[in-house]
Amino acid sequence: MASLLQSRVPSFSSSSGIQWRPSAVFSSIPRRRIFTVQAKIREIFMPALSSTMTEGKIVSWIKSEGDVLSKGESVVVVESDKADMDVETFYDGILAAIVVGEGEVAPVGAPIGLLAETENEIAEAKSKVKSAGSSSQSAPPPAAFPPPPPLPAVAAAPHPPAAKVADGPRKIVATPYAKQLAKQHKVDINSLVGTGNFGRITPADIEAAAGIPPKKSAPVASVTTVAAAAAPKASATTFPEIPGSTVVPFTTMQSAVSKNMVESLSVPTFRVGYPVATDALDALYEKVKPKGVTMTALLAKAAAMALAQHPVVNSTCKDGKSFTYNSSINIAVAVAVNGGLITPVLQDADKLDLYLLSQKWKELVEKARAKQLQPHEYNSGTFTLSNLGMFGVDKFDAILPPGQGAIMAVGASKPIVVADADGFFSVKSKMLVNVTADHRIIYGADLAAFLQTFSKIVENPESLTM
Amino acid sequence: MARRSCLGRSDCAASGEKPSDSNLRMRLFVLSRRPKPRRVNKVSASLSSNGSPPKFDYDLIIIGAGVGGHGAALHAVEKGLKTAIIEGDVVGGTCVNRGCVPSKALLAVSGRMRELQNEHHMKAFGLQVAAAGYDRQAVADHANNLASKIRSNLTNSMKALGVDILTGVGTILGPQKVKYGTDNVITAKDIIIATGSVPSVPKGIEVDGKTVITSDHALKLEFVPDWIAIVGSGYIGLEFSDVYTALGSEVTFVEALDQLMPGFDPEIGKLAQRVLINPRKIDFHTGVFASKITPAKDGRPVTIELVDAKTKELKDTLEVDAALIATGRAPHTKGLGLENINVETQRGFIPVDEHMRVIDAKGKLVPHLYCIGDANGKMMLAHAASAQGISVVEQVSGKDHVLNHLSIPAACFTHPEISMVGLTEPQAREKAEKEGFEVSVAKTSFKANTKALAENEGEGLAKLIYRPDNGEILGVHIFGLHAADLIHEASNAIAYGNRIQDIKFAVHAHPTLSEVLDELFKSAKVKGNISSGVGEAVAV
Repeated sequence: MASLLQSRVPSFSSSSGIQWRPSAVFSSIPRRRIFTVQAKIREIFMPALSSTMTEGKIVSWIKSEGDVLSKGESVVVVESDKADMDVETFYDGILAAIVVGEGEVAPVGAPIGLLAETENEIAEAKSKVKSAGSSSQSAPPPAAFPPPPPLPAVAAAPHPPAAKVADGPRKIVATPYAKQLAKQHKVDINSLVGTGNFGRITPADIEAAAGIPPKKSAPVASVTTVAAAAAPKASATTFPEIPGSTVVPFTTMQSAVSKNMVESLSVPTFRVGYPVATDALDALYEKVKPKGVTMTALLAKAAAMALAQHPVVNSTCKDGKSFTYNSSINIAVAVAVNGGLITPVLQDADKLDLYLLSQKWKELVEKARAKQLQPHEYNSGTFTLSNLGMFGVDKFDAILPPGQGAIMAVGASKPIVVADADGFFSVKSKMLVNVTADHRIIYGADLAAFLQTFSKIVENPESLTM
Repeated sequence: MARRSCLGRSDCAASGEKPSDSNLRMRLFVLSRRPKPRRVNKVSASLSSNGSPPKFDYDLIIIGAGVGGHGAALHAVEKGLKTAIIEGDVVGGTCVNRGCVPSKALLAVSGRMRELQNEHHMKAFGLQVAAAGYDRQAVADHANNLASKIRSNLTNSMKALGVDILTGVGTILGPQKVKYGTDNVITAKDIIIATGSVPSVPKGIEVDGKTVITSDHALKLEFVPDWIAIVGSGYIGLEFSDVYTALGSEVTFVEALDQLMPGFDPEIGKLAQRVLINPRKIDFHTGVFASKITPAKDGRPVTIELVDAKTKELKDTLEVDAALIATGRAPHTKGLGLENINVETQRGFIPVDEHMRVIDAKGKLVPHLYCIGDANGKMMLAHAASAQGISVVEQVSGKDHVLNHLSIPAACFTHPEISMVGLTEPQAREKAEKEGFEVSVAKTSFKANTKALAENEGEGLAKLIYRPDNGEILGVHIFGLHAADLIHEASNAIAYGNRIQDIKFAVHAHPTLSEVLDELFKSAKVKGNISSGVGEAVAV
């Protein structure tokens, strides 16, 4: 410290008359550094007892929950690949909670226990352990961009047996391995209904409850070996190898798109096309463009307004036997992002005005490009709009996304020669609009009527700006 | 056809009769004319009154052709004794037919199965193994075939040496007189009882041989249950848990004492629990009796009522697919005719002294009568029985011999194996307190052994309990790969009184598992340098 002082003191010659005394520069009162010690809950980590150790097994806990620990005391015995070692604590405190119990394995670096500084934190630490346990139980949904696929059939299995729990309090019988798994995966064994012999809870029941896919059962008491449990995909046709081709696996987004498209094959769809005159719309567009309104917003608003008058086109068929009429009109618009496809949703598009809609749209596009869309911002659509007009495409038909009733494919508006009622030729801009719809709920007349309304709105676009 | 010269005399009792002089002379006359027959099967012996040595059919009769009887018979022939062995069921007894042999066959299968299924273990070697499966009947056949093979080996070995194998249930009629079958009576100078034991079934437990079984049924492996409860966590229960879990069952232990594996050294027991029970599909209930077991029927599972061992109140009920009773073995001594010689059994066991001589109800030694093996309950192990048999034959041949039971090793063939010889640590400390000496303990881990690590079987412990003042070995316990084979170095040392400071200079091949023991002996600290006394000049 002394050297520091000296280096900071400027060297003035004493002839200047100013006497620099170090103590004058730095106040004689030692600056007290006050650390606000936030009482913390520290984690005791699985130590790396050797350079080759990747995981360790707890042999036994020397200290129990609630014991006071002082720095340097042995807390737990850990078995590594070489020997059993006593692990000491680096901090004083109280062993608040044991996260990994005796006989259990944890990777190096994973927390095995919680150390509380004072008694107040013990309860907090315990709850931390519990919440960590319960959150791991609800399998976190994959952050896929397009709507995540429906829950796998495995998780659905416990539901039918749950209906049988109607009979009175049954003795819970669970096999030894089921009990071990339940403890490991923190599944409440009392909440399950067993599917084993005599109604006992089997390891498979625990795995299903915890969302773990079942492994191949071993050993098999038969000479023939059992095939892998993974459900085999529908037999893939083998294509001839073309030399020079490279295989690039799907990204998560691409997999989701692929899955959705395959799912749509199970829906009976039909397509209706309509030519829409866009001169008026183009004129309006020129007017509102400087205010930040995009063509997408215009089309979305027009579609929303038309949907307001034809609610059946805004409905979905979720279970194959009923109409689900949606209360809000959420227009999802297909956007191409780098290497993928996403559909940000303009919620309540009929209720927002054009300018607000445009602003929202801009925000959504930015988020989409940055891959920061929240699930509700891309999977809440009730009607989809897809526009390839910017490429010069005149007509195309889109595939119906699962969970919706209809999707509208819009092409470019092109000038064409039309003959009017009097026989005079004129050139008008027309864009071809093609709607694909689920015929279980939307019938030909419904769709045609919707398109007629849409066309009227677009050809008289003043209403759009209201 | 026994010819009893019981000419209507009133004192013709079962304990033997006194022929009249006239009969005796007639008999002597008859005998002197014919050459002495080599093999006399059906003539009853009689005590001569003129002092010549008694004529017995055999020098030695052994009742029971199990491991104990077989060992005694072979040694007897070596000593030149004319021997007969009586067997009422199958030659080989429990060990060959319902014990050691088939259980080791099944354990060999389970050991391999466990290794092949241990993907982690295989991957560490760089091996890929496809899903391993098994054919239950083929596994059962392996055990059965092995039992048959050993049985015929045993029989042939005795026949080849000239031992008479007599078929029929043997009973003792009186001193030096035995009956076998319906009415064959033979006499011998000495008799050894080696009738063995049977699985004991506590009351309240209904054994149906299908869902509630004993080790006898289990070794036939007629079916592999999904979930089996094993009552008793001694070495029999432990070995079966190894077999069943390897074949895919789940196991629940029911143990009356508070600790699992109560017979083992506690430190070994704890390690064994950590390796053999916790990571496997096994759970347990301790401190409870299975007071009532009902076999499965009418679609109901096997139900086991558990009562607290101390308070006797009902604690729990288990519903499982099968139950194995492994609570111990009861001696097979009923119908032996012991009352004819005034011997009373204690809980079924025949009381003997350290020479294996039978003690009667009055506390007196019954002359020329010995009992070895499970029937006397001293050490219910196959090799203990044959060692006792050899000890008896030594005595009968004129040499005094007392078997040191502390030098007899024991092994449990789980994977990894457990073996022990001598005292456990608590027993050693108790003895030390009583006799006033110090006890030290040395331990080595298999993790330090090259061969064990090469096999990826570093999980193991060897423990030496010894006296640091004079280097005496009190006990050795091993848990690890091939423990059952490694223990013999220690048991030999104890048998011959070798001390640690002497045997630690013995050389062990490298790399072998035996170096675990080498390390163990070398790590022991014996105070002072008490010489072995060989070749030392003694100052006078």
